[in-house]
Amino acid sequence: MDSQAIATLPEHEQQAHEHPDYVRHHFASADQQRETANFGMWLFLLTEIMFFSGLFAAYLIYRNWYYPAFVAGSHYMIIWAGTLNTAVLICSSFTMAMGVYSAEMRNRKALIRWLSLTLLLGFVFLGIKAYEWHAEWVEHHVPGLNFSIEDFTHVNPAYPADKPLSPDMAEKTQTYFSLYFAMTGMHALHMCIGCGILIFLIFQAWGGRYTNGHMNTVENFGLYWHFVDIVWIFLYPLLYLISRHQ
Amino acid sequence: MSEPTHHVHKVVPPKVYLAVFASLLFFTALTLGVSYLELGVFNAVAALAIACIKGTLVVLFFMHIRYSSKLTKLTISAGFFTFIVLITMTMTDYISRAWGMW
Repeated sequence: MDSQAIATLPEHEQQAHEHPDYVRHHFASADQQRETANFGMWLFLLTEIMFFSGLFAAYLIYRNWYYPAFVAGSHYMIIWAGTLNTAVLICSSFTMAMGVYSAEMRNRKALIRWLSLTLLLGFVFLGIKAYEWHAEWVEHHVPGLNFSIEDFTHVNPAYPADKPLSPDMAEKTQTYFSLYFAMTGMHALHMCIGCGILIFLIFQAWGGRYTNGHMNTVENFGLYWHFVDIVWIFLYPLLYLISRHQ
Repeated sequence: MSEPTHHVHKVVPPKVYLAVFASLLFFTALTLGVSYLELGVFNAVAALAIACIKGTLVVLFFMHIRYSSKLTKLTISAGFFTFIVLITMTMTDYISRAWGMW
């Protein structure tokens, strides 16, 4: 549909047409309804971009202020886990895209299969994330709960070239870990909400709700899922990779 | 009222999804590999550039923006533009307030 499809159509065009039953009465056509739903979803995603941007901006500024602390903090990240999680999320974005395609093709079995696979990959991501958080808990890297600067006033055995931080700079690693938990935690919350909605979608898809031509819900959920993937695509290099050599 | 331009809804073929999927995995491997090289400030630049490429691929193909209406394209561009304005204003403030005092 085009940009003017959002506007209400003139009276004389609103005569009774044959409409599929999923088209709400205030829409002129299924296409218009789809375009409108899509547009609304994007507006929501833009507010989500602004929301995460606040965290990214805070990360950027504090990294410049407490640079040695951020480098030392990120040297305790588990690189393989972050990389694996990136791959898992990219796979889940692919399966989600294939789910949208299956809905478009009105293939109920394929839709259920792809959505279930996406849900499974979402759980794998959360599992790996939980493993990392547990490791950080064990190492006393959780600010406010059990934080200790011990690791940062001594040389990190994995990075023997690092100099130990002074006690006041070592305290600032709490800023790194606070932002780390805020960002990955907010991202994981979005993943949990996504998995919850996915379970609902799979039940609905089972009943054939999205393979009768009405696929706005699956399509818009796909947009949400891909957005959460993009957030992680930026979190991964910022938290795990960019400080490896400093 | 001028005639609206007609936007045909396009079904993106799985071949495109597969190609994007493969490129995303490739760029993930690339960004991991680059992080093992010693590049100074360019480590961060390269990592963020690769992340931007990956994000753009997801938006254009997985999120169908490449195939969507001008209204949607314009709205998203406006959103990103606002985002850049806000980040730039925040950064100019922090950079210029106390040169090297942190």
